[in-house]
Amino acid sequence: MQDAVTTIAVTGESGPAGRGSERWRGVARNIFPFVVVGTIWEIVALAGVFPHRLFPTIEEVAATFFRLTANGILPHHAIQTVIRLLSGFALATVIGVTVGVLMGRSRRAEDIFLPIVSIMAPIPGLAYAPLFLLWFGLGNISAVLLVGFVASFPIIFNSWTGVKAVKEIWVRSAQSMGADDRRMFRHVILPGALPYILTGLRLGLAQAWRILVAVEMLAAVPWGLGWMIFGAREFLNTDVMMAGIAVIAIIGLALEKFVFQKIEDYTVVRWGMITA
Amino acid sequence: MSENGQQTRSIVRGAVTIAAAAAVYEALARSGIFAAALLPNIPTIMRALWVTIASGTMIEHAIYTLYRVMFGFGLAVAVGIPLGILMARFRRVENFFLPLVSAMMPIPSFALVPLFMLWFGIGNLTTILIVFYAATFPMLFNTWSGVRSVNPLWLRAAGAMGADEHSLFWKVIIPGASPFIITGMRQSFLRAWIAVVGAEMIAASDWGLGWVIFDAKEFLNTDLMLAALIVIGGIGFAFERLVFGSIERATIQRWGMSRVAKG
Repeated sequence: MQDAVTTIAVTGESGPAGRGSERWRGVARNIFPFVVVGTIWEIVALAGVFPHRLFPTIEEVAATFFRLTANGILPHHAIQTVIRLLSGFALATVIGVTVGVLMGRSRRAEDIFLPIVSIMAPIPGLAYAPLFLLWFGLGNISAVLLVGFVASFPIIFNSWTGVKAVKEIWVRSAQSMGADDRRMFRHVILPGALPYILTGLRLGLAQAWRILVAVEMLAAVPWGLGWMIFGAREFLNTDVMMAGIAVIAIIGLALEKFVFQKIEDYTVVRWGMITA
Repeated sequence: MSENGQQTRSIVRGAVTIAAAAAVYEALARSGIFAAALLPNIPTIMRALWVTIASGTMIEHAIYTLYRVMFGFGLAVAVGIPLGILMARFRRVENFFLPLVSAMMPIPSFALVPLFMLWFGIGNLTTILIVFYAATFPMLFNTWSGVRSVNPLWLRAAGAMGADEHSLFWKVIIPGASPFIITGMRQSFLRAWIAVVGAEMIAASDWGLGWVIFDAKEFLNTDLMLAALIVIGGIGFAFERLVFGSIERATIQRWGMSRVAKG
């Protein structure tokens, strides 16, 4: 997966030399598949193979999208979802990095946490959802806690591996040069483990994003894209559902392009550790 | 010797931790701080697990879930591997599918559940399609990058030794890409397993482990929820470790490619 994403980034850039026609051909090549799929969709929708209510045309979806964006409903849902994502992810980062680094640094912490973490991690995050709903009630608290809980596992595992992967010789040389615990941590362990930790954060954020939409459907939160899609189903508003899915796709793509790839570039470029 | 002692100590500590965690949980459950309905004690959970397994309902639920997951996963493998290979071998196929796939991949499979419920109703079809959607992308991407990363030197060497397209494909490309393909299957199964539980919860059908948990919530049967959670975790763990672990040992490690697979 990581490899795949980097390859996309590489193939996506069609040379910085960028003569106009070359650039446009690249754009056209990327748009062409969507045009084909869109045309097929349009033909099927207009031919009335499926009930129109369930299979709206693209214009209708687009019109709904603009209507809901213009009157602020869609942005409000989207903002709520993003806030929930970020707070859940922040929680996961704090828990994940702390536990992971502790596990990597101290044998005792590793022995204590590892069995618990390895028992809880393989259970699909959503399976915990009803339990969280019973314990913490419907709404925001459950949603954020669950997202944080689920997203913390990849962060824990990666921070743990990262701290353990810090070269022994760096630790020893820092020690022999008289570094105390605090400086050892700040200047040796943390930079050494950072590529792994960032990979963990990336995986955690992806996981949080995937789980959040479903959590919003189950947890009956007042606003949020997942809830919007789920609610629209009740009224057979297929166009609203499609508009919601489009926004989810856009946010997902934005996360991929502007967050994940930035994180990767940052680590790769600064540390030259592509293999991390 | 010390390495061995260290390991034993780790196992002992691990066991002690789990026992301690269980004891704390048990004490909390029995202390009555939280309602017993929300925090059942361990014997109650075990009894619920035992009763449902003995009566066969839990097993039937598990079979339904496994059927859905295997069907969806099988479809994902059947689509993901050939398409991934085609994308890696033919520029034209890649140009067509890559933008589509990159646009669809960031959509979490759960976002499609309500839509699929409207289109395909509640039940097996929706669940299988969601699993298929969730599991295809890791399969596709890993196959694609696996075939692309086959060492060009091997291709040229095989070509120089007179391999035709057919044997080049089966003898060089497939084995060369197999570490990625197997990693892809592993990730893909993990996704499928997550998706099936979620899809069963949202698109509530009548059977399936996800549905058990969700249904038990309605009746405050926390013991049953935790029992189902144990079953879900157990099956996921078994597949992850036993099935994919042994596939990996039988193929990648035997061919001495485990280092490639990790990278």
